[in-house]
Parts: sequence; structure tokens; C-alpha cells
Amino acid sequence: MASAFQQRKSDQESFVRIDSVVKRFGERAVLNDIHLNIQKGEFVAIVGRSGCGKSTLLRLIAGLDGFSEGTLELDGSSVNGINPETRIMFQDARLLPWRSVVDNVKIGLTGANAADQTLKANEALKLVGLQDRTDEWPSVLSGGQRQRVALARALVGEPQLLLLDEPLGALDALTRIEMQRLIERLWERQGFTAVLVTHDVSEAVALADRVILIEEGRIALNVAITLARPREKDSSFSYFEKYILDRVLTPEAGDEHNNHMLDNYALYTI
Amino acid sequence: MHSIYKWINKIPDQVLPWILPLFVIALWQIFGQLGLISTRILPTPIQVVAAGIRLTENGQLFEAVFISTQRALIGFLIGGFIGFALGLLNGVAPLAEKLTDSSMQMIRNVPHLALIPLVIAWFGIEESAKLFLVALGVSFPIYLNTLHGIRSVDPGLIEMGQVYGLDKWELYRKVILPGAMPSILVGLRFALGIMWLTLIVAETISADAGIGYMAMNAREFFQLDVVVMSILLYAVLGKLSDLAAKLLERRWLQWHPHFSKESRIKKAS
Repeated sequence: MASAFQQRKSDQESFVRIDSVVKRFGERAVLNDIHLNIQKGEFVAIVGRSGCGKSTLLRLIAGLDGFSEGTLELDGSSVNGINPETRIMFQDARLLPWRSVVDNVKIGLTGANAADQTLKANEALKLVGLQDRTDEWPSVLSGGQRQRVALARALVGEPQLLLLDEPLGALDALTRIEMQRLIERLWERQGFTAVLVTHDVSEAVALADRVILIEEGRIALNVAITLARPREKDSSFSYFEKYILDRVLTPEAGDEHNNHMLDNYALYTI
Repeated sequence: MHSIYKWINKIPDQVLPWILPLFVIALWQIFGQLGLISTRILPTPIQVVAAGIRLTENGQLFEAVFISTQRALIGFLIGGFIGFALGLLNGVAPLAEKLTDSSMQMIRNVPHLALIPLVIAWFGIEESAKLFLVALGVSFPIYLNTLHGIRSVDPGLIEMGQVYGLDKWELYRKVILPGAMPSILVGLRFALGIMWLTLIVAETISADAGIGYMAMNAREFFQLDVVVMSILLYAVLGKLSDLAAKLLERRWLQWHPHFSKESRIKKAS
């Protein structure tokens, strides 16, 4: 009884609640019986091989695609269609090439008057360190700078939920690390809920409170990353990274044993 | 050989394109003066210029240019509006496209100048005949390029617009139309070329005023200097409208790396 009550209580607190969700394209089930609860303010990373359905799951949460079965709720109300409280960052920045940097950021604002919009957009650009590039065309920016503009555009409207669809996938290694730190800093500052889809396990461990592994349309692993922030790439970091990576590479490995070990380890590190 | 190349390299870039035409004109003048080309067949450049001055002084030139330009622009506006509106409609509404696109493609394949006999039968040699032909000729390149431009807008940008809650009108104004603009402007340049071509033919065949009329009238009195001058006038007007289109490209496509100042500097260095 007590556990059932606790279960319901945690359900109510969940910001994103995914229950028995199935997504089919024709006959093929891309996502099968997905259960996932994400707390308000939590940073969740979804990892998996390409084609496992991780991006599809993100698109379902975004309301960009419909799902076939199950319930998907955002802040207590069912997701059907695009929610104004949700923002997405795509792998490509998707800036409008015919608008200046600051005007691109303004796309993220609705309703406010023009002067207010400029003020807010400039503030957002300051947060991502591009305050001196506001009047340039996107075509003269580097890939990393474009993604920073896209991040400013996503955050300028102060969304409740930020969905990141491999936003750093096309960037070089140094820019990636820089962007990861920036995203973490802004997440801590603004307190939004974040869901990051990535194929880079190290990135997932660096950023997320919880890493979820999707394998052939099912959740195969759900690991809380108990490392303190800001995260250093030390031995406990490597432990989580190796643990998840091993599981990605050898799908048939016994979960029970590893999970148990991890629990012990997590307790130990705390 | 090497020294010639070096010498040519020293000439500023802006002068280079003018060397060949100036050389040809000089040759033409010399041949005409020496009597190698009969001036009854082809008047010399100086005679053509003299004709130009004469017609400017008696006001005929200005009147002809004014009437022809007016026809060209009115026909262009009508045809351009129809082509643009249809292109937009068919670009965003699949049903409209299914209904009208294949008809448009069929009509497009009829050379519009082939309709001249019919048009004369319908409208006589009134203004409306010329406007009709220009409008018809201009509408197709604008239609095709508007439609193509809308189709080739990056679907990722449209999806982004939807995620950011842009409504249909905003999506059209902020994403689709600017995205289609490079293609629309290509259509505009094509259309301006067709506009003059159509007008030349139409004015030459049937008109009671305008540059084409002036040329045909001069032919009857064997004033070949006026004929050549009319031909040159068309060339100048065509070049001017192309320049106008280029200016629009510079202005509306500033964002495009191809038209930005930075890329032009890079290319030159």
C-alpha cells in the first residue's frame, strides 16, 4: 500500500509523464511501452545507437509527432501538438539566414513589444557570450556561434522545458566542451527541465542528472548520475561513462548484477 | 607574349569589359568611313549618334521611350502580379496546385508571340494588345520561380517556425517568403528580359507609337540611322532593367553570402 501511494505521489510531481507509450511507423513499432517520469528542473539525457528511437521520443515529447498508444503528459495536461512552454534545439541551428542574429533570437519571443523584445534578445545573447555579434548575419558565424544563437533563441522566452536533439553533434571537440558548460550554467541559472538526446555517452554523463538508454525502442537502462557539479572527468566520472558505454555496446549483458554494483558504488561516492 | 599579359593585368577591372565593344565600334566607324561598308546598309556610329541627337531635339525620342517604357511596366505589373499570386497560392495550397499547375504548364509551352495574329484580331493595334502580350510573357517565369522558391524553403526552418509558435501569417512573412526570395528574383530578371523582347516584337508588328513604331516608320523612309538607334535604345533599356533587378538582389538578399560585401572582397583578393 505504502509503495503504491508513493508511486502515485511521485507521478503527480513529475513534470513529464510518459506511460506505456508506443509509437508505430506503419507496422513497425519504433518505441515500445515507454515509461518515463521526469521531475521539474531535472536534466535527463537519452542515449542510444542511431535508429534506436531516441530522437522519435524527443519529437513525441515536443508534440511534433503523435504517438500510437499510451499517455504522455506535460505538467499534468496531455500533450497534443506543440506547447508554447517547450523549446527545441536541433542538431543544425536552424537560424533564419535573412534575419540578423538579434532578430533570430526575437523569434523566441511572442507578445512583448518591440523595445522589450530587443532588450530581452540582447540579454539572452549576452548570456551566451555573443553580445557583440548582434547585428551580423548568421552566415558569417561559426558552427558553434550559430548553436549559441539557437540556444539564446530557445531560452529567451524562458521555457519550462528545453528539448535538445543532439545539438552539439556537428561541433568540434573543443567547442562541444565549451557548449556543454554553457548549457549546464544556463540550466542551473534558469531552472528549466531539460531533455538531451545524444549519442555521446560522455556528454550525457557530464550534463545529466539521469541517463536513459534506449535500445530497440525500449528503455534498457535508467541510471542516476550522482556526481557533484561542476563535474570533473575523474575516476568516478569514467566509471559511469564506462558502465553506460559497456551496456550500449553489449546489449545482452546482465542488468541486475551491474545495477546492483552501481548502487553500491553510488552510495560509496556520496 | 608575357609582356602583353602583364600590360593587360595593369588595366583596372572596370575597364576590361569595355575594351572589346569599343574596339568593334571603332572598326565599324573606320570601315564605314572608308566605304568598305555602305552607309546605306549600315550607318556609321557617328551617324547613329547624330540621329539620336536630332530625335532628342525634336522630342520624338523622349516620347517613344516614354510610351514604350510605360507599356513595358504596366504589362509587367499585371503579369508579374498574376504570376506571383498564383505561384504563392500554389506553393502553399496543394489543392490549388492540383487544380491549376498542369494547366499553367500547358499554356506556358505555347510561345506567347505565336498568339500575335489572334491578339491583333481581338484587340486590334490598341494598347491592350501589347499589354496583354507582355503580361502573358512575364507571368510564367515569375510563376515558376515563385513556386520553385517556396518549394525549396528548408523544411527544417518551417518546423522551427512551428515549434516557436509562429502562426500561418508569421510563418509566411518571416520564413517562407524570404526563403523563396532568391528564386523569385531570378524569375524577375528572366521576366524583365521577356518583357522587352515581347514589347519589341509587338511594337514592330503593330503600333502607332513607341520605339518599335519609330523604327518601322524610319525603315519606310530608309532612315537606317534611326533604325539602328532604336535597336540600341532597346539594348540600353534592357540593360537598365537588368541593373534594377541586380540592385534589388543586393538590397533584398544582403543576408545571402553570395551578395554580401565580405564575400565580394574575398573573391577579388
